[in-house]
This record gives sequence, C-alpha cells and structure tokens, in this order.
Amino acid sequence: MSADVAYVDPARAHSRKRKSRRDVLIGLGSLAVFVLLVGVVVSRLPGWPVVQETFFNLDEFVSSFPQLLSAFWLNIRIFIVAEVFILIVGMVVALARTLQAPIWLPIRVVATIYTDVFRGVPTILVILLLGFGIPALDLQGVPNSEVLWGTVALVLSYGAYVAEVFRAGLASVHPSQRMASRSLGLSSWQTNRHILLPQAVRNVVPPLLNDFISLQKDTALVSILGPIEILRRAQIDTSMSFNYTPYVAAAVIFIALTIPMSRFADWLQARTQKQRRAAATV
Amino acid sequence: MSRRRLVVVPAVLAAGLLALAACAPNNSGQSSSGTPSPMPTTANPPSSSSVPTPDDPCAKEKLSLVNAGKLTIGTDSPAYPPYFEDDDPSNGKGFESAVAYAVAKNLNFAPEEVQWIVVPFNKSYAPGAKDFDFDINQISITPKRAEVVTFSDGYYTVNQAVIALADSPVAKATSLAQLQAAKLGAQVGTTSLSYITEFIKPTQEPYVYNDTNDAKSALRNGQIDAIVVDLPTAFYITAVEIPKGKIVGQFPAVDGYEEFGMLFQKDNPLAICVDKVLSGMKDSGELEQITNDWLVGGADAPYFTE
Repeated sequence: MSADVAYVDPARAHSRKRKSRRDVLIGLGSLAVFVLLVGVVVSRLPGWPVVQETFFNLDEFVSSFPQLLSAFWLNIRIFIVAEVFILIVGMVVALARTLQAPIWLPIRVVATIYTDVFRGVPTILVILLLGFGIPALDLQGVPNSEVLWGTVALVLSYGAYVAEVFRAGLASVHPSQRMASRSLGLSSWQTNRHILLPQAVRNVVPPLLNDFISLQKDTALVSILGPIEILRRAQIDTSMSFNYTPYVAAAVIFIALTIPMSRFADWLQARTQKQRRAAATV
Repeated sequence: MSRRRLVVVPAVLAAGLLALAACAPNNSGQSSSGTPSPMPTTANPPSSSSVPTPDDPCAKEKLSLVNAGKLTIGTDSPAYPPYFEDDDPSNGKGFESAVAYAVAKNLNFAPEEVQWIVVPFNKSYAPGAKDFDFDINQISITPKRAEVVTFSDGYYTVNQAVIALADSPVAKATSLAQLQAAKLGAQVGTTSLSYITEFIKPTQEPYVYNDTNDAKSALRNGQIDAIVVDLPTAFYITAVEIPKGKIVGQFPAVDGYEEFGMLFQKDNPLAICVDKVLSGMKDSGELEQITNDWLVGGADAPYFTE
C-alpha cells in the first residue's frame, strides 16, 4: 500500500498527478456552479425578503449574539458534567446486562428495566418529574436546584442510550477473544478490563459521539425548569422583537461546537485504524 | 463517468430547486376575501348597531377574511383564566373571550359566525399568511413588535404584579430595592419578564418558564422567591390556585409596556375596522363593563415605591 516502497514509473506518476489536479478543479468548479445557482434561485423566491428579514437579520444577530454566548456557558457546564456521569452509568449498566451467572439475575433485571423505561420515556418528562417533583417532596437535606436535577435527568435518560451503545460494542467483540483470554488464565474481570472493553469502546466511538452531540442540544431542555440557557435566551429575544434571528445565532453557536467535535472523532477513528493496521503488519 | 456528465450534476440539482421554486409562490398575503355581495341593500342584519352604509369599508361583506363569512380568532391553548375559562374560548366566558365576541357583534357577526383556532404565541408572529383574522392572547403592544405585525388599539391597560408565598421574606417587600435581591421568575415572552430585567433589575438572573403553570410550581416548591405576572392573573392565582400566595405589590405602568392589543397580519385592513369598533365600545362604556365583569380591579394591591 505504501507508494514510497513500490517502484512507480515517473511518467505514470506525472500523469496521475495531473489527473488528480484536474479532478480537484472539476470538483471546485461544480461546487461553485451549484452554489451560484442555488443562490440565484433562493434570492428570487417571492417570499425570500421576508424570510431574510425574519431569520437572517444582521442587526438582530449582532445584538443577540453576546448574550447568547454567555447563556451558552450554562449549556456547556451541564453538558460536561452530564457527559462524565453518562459514561459511568452507561458502562455500569451495560456490564450489568452482560452478567451471565444465575445469581446476578436481579441486577440484570433492574438494568434491563432501567434501559427500557428511560429510553421509552420522553426526556422532557424525566426533567419535569425530577426538577419539579423532587423539590415538591420537601425532603430534608435534598437540594432543590433546577440545574442539578435537570442534569440528573439528562444523565438518567442518556445513560440508558449509552448503555445500549456499550452493550452493542461488547457484543461486537468476537467471542473467541474472551475464550482466548480465559484460556490464558485471565480472570473474568481481567478479561473484561484488558481484552473486551478496550476493543468494545473503540468500536463504539462514532455512535457515542453521535449521542453526545444530541446531548449537547438536549441540554436546552433543562430550560423548562427555569434557568436561562442559550435557546431560552434566543426565545426571549425572539418574543420581544418578533424576529427569529436569535435562534439562527444560537444554531451557529451550537454548530461551532459540534463541528470540531465531529472532526476530533474522525481523527480519533483514523488514528486507531492506523494503529491497528500497523499492529497487524507486525 | 464522462466529464460532460459531471458538469451536468449541479445543473440538474439546481433545476430541481427551480422546479420547487416554481410551485412555491403562494400568492402571498390575504387569502380570498369573501365574494362581494351583489345586493348590498339586503345585507344589513337587524342586530346592527352601527348601521353600515353600502360603501362602508367595514361592512361585514366587504371585510377580507381568512375564511369567507366567518370571523376566525386565534388564541393559545391552554387559555388561562381570567382571560378565558375552562380552556374554551368559544364559551364567551373570561375577559378576552367576552371582548372578542363583543368586537364580533359590533362587526355584525353572529356568535355562530365566530370560529376559534389554537395559535401558540410563538406562531402568532411567524412570517407568511396567517390562518386567523386576529389573535387575542394578552399580547402587549410594543413598537418593535409592530414592525412585523399590526396591532389593534389597546383593549386593556395592564399593570404587573409580584406574587410570593405569604410566609416568605419577599412577601414583606414594599420597594423595588427590596425585590432586587430576590430570585424572580416569569413566563417567557411576557412583558412581565421585561419588567424584571428592565425595571426591577435584580441581582440574580431571573428564572424563565414556558407557562405560568411551571412558574407556579417553582414558586410553590420554593425554587424561586416570587413570580411576576399581570395583575388580573395575580388575583386569580392568589385567590384560586395558590391560596398561600400573596400579591406583594404592583408596579405603575411603564411607557410602551402596558397595553394588550389584538394581533393582525401586517397591514391587514381589518385592524382599522376593529379599531373603529373598539373606540365605539370605549365610548359607549361597553368595554369598561366587560372589564368590570371579568377582571378584578387593582385598587387594593399596594404599589411598589421606587
């Protein structure tokens, strides 16, 4: 596969280079024509001026942006804290569901019910139930912070999804790996820890990231409990001016965070693939 | 793949868009106005109080309506007391329902010719043709909003009030300064929220809820110290829903934030007719009568000092 090892005829290399340069030019030209045509068509739609005014109003964008950005800090804090606990919950539940021995049946049942229930119930209900329900119980010593309970609700909800992702990852590791490990004398725990989990986790990085991007947006659901996060901020601005541009501005901020995350995931994937390939040739 | 075909790709995609665009225009603006009546002289219903002449632009058959022959009115659901009752705007009960039916009557619509549709607040100001003739939903008239929609004249001047649980320290506040340290909540999109941020200017960021119900839950749970709502709602909440609640006080009206208006499609000529009817109702005392019927006067709630 490595071009620097195999001999390539210089003339052929030259023609290949030219062809690839031509392909790039064609691609860029095609893209430019497409963008131009879309721009011309959209800007000529009869309702476009109204849509532009209500969704892409530069003044509104600029005036709402700083406040949106500072409100976004709350989303980021919820997201980071929730993410850590989601990984823990997901992993524990996934491992609980893979326990084989009959004595673990209760744990398996509880873990199964948990994933079934929390994947089936709308996240917004979990948030309402914990955010308004638990403080209403009026228990001594239990905090009634909205952000706290909102985050707990997100952890419970997403923990169920992530548990299934991890379980799929564990199932994707070939059974021979476990057998080989056990026959080498590793304990069940050691097998999980050193053989199965590393492979399982590596396999499920893309779907995990998918869930986290989704979580990033769902942090906005916590706003139903009262705290002002980015989407609520946008909604407030929108309802005052009757102009939807603040939502677009919020979307830009969300995207600015998700795109680097996606690229990071791609890079991570590419790196592990490379490492594996390198290991395979040894 | 040949080079020619490559060049064709963006053109085909764009052609698809063009095709979409061709069917997109929705001959915008108002949908069909009711077909003009051939015999205007027979059209005067007996109930008419204003006696429209045949060339009166506000004659019922000359109005451009979303649904011909019907007055289509929007409001949100749930529709809260005291503005509506039993979440049913068509029962004529509640202040705004009564106002809407009075306006309809003065435009010579029979109650059966009024139809209600659910219009969430967020949708009421969306661009494009509206599916209601007007929306009546405790919407405050502001100049900024009036750039996008057309408002009728105000039909109610509203004051904002603060509710707290009677046993909380905030319940004893008498000045704005004493409110500033409190954790305040309000419903999103309301002028109550604007009051908090622009008038009270609390030290903590206010809490914002989807509707008054959520704000009430948070208040009852002690998650916030007080909520800001309009005064009629405040009376209803403390009388019926949170008996432990207390109206701490009300604010004097602030310019630009005090009147409820009906919301129309931008430049809908119907607004002019509704304004005419409203001013007639103000002159005749009909509006005041409806207000007294449904809304408790605010005289016994103390005003905050600055």
